[in-house]
Amino acid sequence: MLEIRNLTKTFGGLAAVRDVSTRFEKGRISAIIGPNGAGKSTFFNLIAGLHRPTSGQILFEGADVTGLRPDQMAVRGVARSFQTTHLFDKASVLDNLIVGHRLRTKSTFWDVLLNTRRLRDEERACRAKAEEVLDFVGLSSVADRLAGEISQEERKRAAFALALATDPKILLLDEPAGGVNPEETAGLAALIRKMAAGGLTVCLIEHKMDMIMSLADTIVVLDHGEMIAEGPPSSVQSNPRVIEAYLGADYVAA
Amino acid sequence: MSNARLPTRALLAALLLLAALFPLAAPNGYYIYVMSLAFIMAISATGLNLILGYTGQLNLAHAGFMAVGAYTVGILTVDHGVPFWIAFALSGVSAAVLGFFAGLVSLRLKTHYFVIFTLCVGFILYLVIEKFEGLTHGTVGVIGIPAPPAIGPVSFETPVAQYYLVLAFLCLALWVMHRIVRSLLGRAFVAIRNSEDLAEALGVNLMRTKLLAFVLSTVYAGLAGGLYAGFVRFLGPSIALESNTFDLVTYILVGGIGTLFGPVLGALVLTWVTQSLQFLQDFRMIVFGPMLILLVMFFPQGLIGFVQERRAKRNTREKAAPAHREARANA
Repeated sequence: MLEIRNLTKTFGGLAAVRDVSTRFEKGRISAIIGPNGAGKSTFFNLIAGLHRPTSGQILFEGADVTGLRPDQMAVRGVARSFQTTHLFDKASVLDNLIVGHRLRTKSTFWDVLLNTRRLRDEERACRAKAEEVLDFVGLSSVADRLAGEISQEERKRAAFALALATDPKILLLDEPAGGVNPEETAGLAALIRKMAAGGLTVCLIEHKMDMIMSLADTIVVLDHGEMIAEGPPSSVQSNPRVIEAYLGADYVAA
Repeated sequence: MSNARLPTRALLAALLLLAALFPLAAPNGYYIYVMSLAFIMAISATGLNLILGYTGQLNLAHAGFMAVGAYTVGILTVDHGVPFWIAFALSGVSAAVLGFFAGLVSLRLKTHYFVIFTLCVGFILYLVIEKFEGLTHGTVGVIGIPAPPAIGPVSFETPVAQYYLVLAFLCLALWVMHRIVRSLLGRAFVAIRNSEDLAEALGVNLMRTKLLAFVLSTVYAGLAGGLYAGFVRFLGPSIALESNTFDLVTYILVGGIGTLFGPVLGALVLTWVTQSLQFLQDFRMIVFGPMLILLVMFFPQGLIGFVQERRAKRNTREKAAPAHREARANA
């Protein structure tokens, strides 16, 4: 459903992503891995529209979406989470999520001024959506807590919920299990599996290899901006180029 | 959203009653004059709070837009004989039109670059008003602006009547602001303040949404300026100066940034504190400065922000406690 063709992004003379082509299939979980500075986040930012590619094409459900802004991508169904979860700490968790469904509503400033029926209906729909996604990620019990008071793992779940509130077709997760303990990581992996089972396409960047190997259907390995391997976990794991990128050439020789 | 929720109706009614009875209790006309002026500043600060407090963009040209509104009324009524109320309506329009174009350019910049740019926009507005003598009478200023004429049987000749007029506009301004900030639109503004990247990833069109907040805040500035012109009845270029914007920012910080009533409370508190320090003359800043520093140190969210934060914590604890126990029991 998401196809990347010869994607390249250069900053000045430096190629952060070079000539990457791949595709993400509906309902599958894909992982992007690579050493630090491999271009994973840039790759995500390109897909999400935060950066404009230097060359190459991004096709989403057959349509060319290269160069669209993040909000336009979100409307088309590309949602993302960030490495750090920016919640408004002084509002409740539920309050933080209501805005997530705003992009599916049509009320304008005039609806606000006149307090029209459309606005009231849409506000109700947004609240219902927020409650629904909170329930889905298992945070209903903290819905009324202040966002600043919940744990790191709960923040991660809230970030998923926020992305889900946009009614996405594909979800880009940037280090969804960063900074949480192994037990919680397993819980988050289960949640990601549940999202994919519901028909959502998931694409994630992650450093936790145990999680990736058990979770991902396919893995894309980036190194210095280039794709050096792609395939199911078993094939990627034994690929000498991948081992070299992670552990150095000496290790392969030995 | 907790920070947009109105206080209890009883408290609101009491405050309104207090404001309505104020002219009866005031020892002399000067008190009424100072209070009316504070209300006008509160309307302007409420507008600035929309772009600064709710959307997170510090627009230092706000006093400039207030001056645009004020001069629209001044020039139209004095030089062109336009009826006051028509000129007043146009003060919001002229500020909005100028705000639209200024916003279109300045909102391309982010964070402190935006702040510096708007500082320059404000200064340009000041310079235009000061130098464009053919239109604005330059440093001489606009003199003899008519007081707001009667609407039907209600006339605004006396200072007390003008006080009630300004109070009515303040209530209207707050009511509209309440509508805006607790709506989905207000949530989009807050999302931008929170994180522009995240808001954009959630499908919020940054430019369009920020521009709307910017223009709405300039409408508030323009109308507050129009009221100011009809109330003070003399205008000089200095009302466009950035020092006036900084006063408004101070009101917002003291009262509570990103809260509905913060700017009003700040405007009232600081106006009366400044008034009561008048006897110190040039030394009053020696008292005023440390007071402000202490306030920012101990109440960084402002007075209303402090109260709301405590209340929000208590509320969520009460609400969350049973749910939490339930979750534990299930586990």
